[in-house]
Amino acid sequence: MVENRRILDFFTHLVLLLGIATIAFPIWITLVAATHDGVRMLQVPVPITPGDKFWENLTLTLFGQGLEGSETAPVWRMMLNSLVMALTIAGGKIVISLLSAFAIVYFKFPFRMGFFWMIFITLMLPVEVRILPTFEVVADLGLLNSYAGLSIPLIASATATFMFRQVFLTIPDELLESARVDGAGPMRFFWDILLPLSRTNIAALFVILFIYGWNQYLWPLLITTDRDMYTIVMSIKQMLEAAEQSPQWNIIMMTSLLAMLPPVIVVIAMQKLFVKGLTETEK
Amino acid sequence: MLKRVHFPRSWLPYALVAPQIVITLVFFIWPASQALYQSLLIEDAWGTTFEFVWFENFEVLLTDKLYHATVWRTALFSILVALLAMSFALVLAGFADRVVKGATAYRTLLIWPYAIAPVVAGALWVFMFDPTLGIITYWLAAVGAEWNHKLNGSQAMALVVLAAAWKQVAYNFLFFLAAMQSIPKSVLESAAIDGAGPVKRFWTIIFPLISPTTFFLLVINAVYAFFDTFGIIHAVTKGGPGQDTTIMVYKVYNDGFVGLDLGGSAAQSVVLMAIVIVLTVVQFRYVERRVEY
Repeated sequence: MVENRRILDFFTHLVLLLGIATIAFPIWITLVAATHDGVRMLQVPVPITPGDKFWENLTLTLFGQGLEGSETAPVWRMMLNSLVMALTIAGGKIVISLLSAFAIVYFKFPFRMGFFWMIFITLMLPVEVRILPTFEVVADLGLLNSYAGLSIPLIASATATFMFRQVFLTIPDELLESARVDGAGPMRFFWDILLPLSRTNIAALFVILFIYGWNQYLWPLLITTDRDMYTIVMSIKQMLEAAEQSPQWNIIMMTSLLAMLPPVIVVIAMQKLFVKGLTETEK
Repeated sequence: MLKRVHFPRSWLPYALVAPQIVITLVFFIWPASQALYQSLLIEDAWGTTFEFVWFENFEVLLTDKLYHATVWRTALFSILVALLAMSFALVLAGFADRVVKGATAYRTLLIWPYAIAPVVAGALWVFMFDPTLGIITYWLAAVGAEWNHKLNGSQAMALVVLAAAWKQVAYNFLFFLAAMQSIPKSVLESAAIDGAGPVKRFWTIIFPLISPTTFFLLVINAVYAFFDTFGIIHAVTKGGPGQDTTIMVYKVYNDGFVGLDLGGSAAQSVVLMAIVIVLTVVQFRYVERRVEY
């Protein structure tokens, strides 16, 4: 700012670095734990500097039969399940929200507002408050232990619909008029004009929704009983339970690391889009 | 709301909203109405016989001392998480706002815990505070403090609060920093010329000007603490020791899926729905206002 005081600048950077160190400390400990063998991780005090067993732990975790005593699938299989779930949720939410926002903004039809409010209500019904009955519906439909059951019940999205509605409303009416003069039908207009114009918003939303999907916990926990359908995030808990008997912290922490890696990479690599997505959806 | 020019009437808009509406009806509205209906029934644990009891489940719930304790505990938990996560983020954002070069680098290094799943965050913290192996437990013992969150209820609460706040700092930091950076520099410069130091400028100019963001974050943090911390609690304490970290969302799960008290669990769901509705209304009225600001 106006005054230029060396000490103040130094203090500023010091506080920020301390803040970063505090935030990063749990990750550092995780990383260190993932580089030692199981025996070393049982000696007090646990190490705070890295060891040399990173690759052994990595292959053991990814391709082994998971943790001894916990009934989990190999980690690569669970990461694949998580990926399919996250992509289906993110893609599904974007597609159905684009379509319904398009209908609500560009068409006048009976019950338009009724549909709008029905979508709005989903904002007030997070999975956590309707777990039991939703579980029953999914069980009745025979979707337990399936990718469809993992993702479809989470796909409806009021926030995404609102965001696209907002975006469409800022697109000038002249575009629609000229498209219609040129004889373009609604779907042609949607593909050739609306979609390209909302490209960055779609990307920003995708980043947020991918993280949301990947990090789902309660829902997969309830509807998967077949270990081949477990997701990596929910397996952490099963490993912690098994740790009560035989702690293998090197494997658990390696799994945690693998569970946080994809969303963290997405956030860091697409930071601009991530910030845009967060501020535009307001959650 | 609607474009001045629009497409002619046809069946097309119905087809376009159909996927979203079908999913909403099947997986949101139907289950929610089931929860409402079940909250008026007393069922046995297998769902074979039931009796319609009007509001008896609610009467039982609202006079239950354990439930009162859960509600207060949830309030305490949310307040602690919001206070801790917001004040830490506010301090960091205040300093990051001063940095001319490298602000983005600091931002990158601070935001990524947002991407970590609550249950994974819980696993990291439970490992650091493990009563026998945890590195922080070891350090605490070295200075004479004994840590065992498996036996000590307040320590268990402190641990889930720490883990929950840790994850939320990133979000708050982003919003605080954006709000601070949108304050016109000329205002701050003229205050500085009038002799206001950095601390005074923060409290008399920056802090009042970002108050809409602070309020918005308060609501968001409350929603987060209420609903998104299930994974942390499930991984770290399982609501224990005793009931010392059982918050409302955890109790719905526990009474419904573990205790198989379907009516009671449904009644609790209905109470939670009411809370979400209030929070959503507050959030939306507020967001509308913020647009003008």
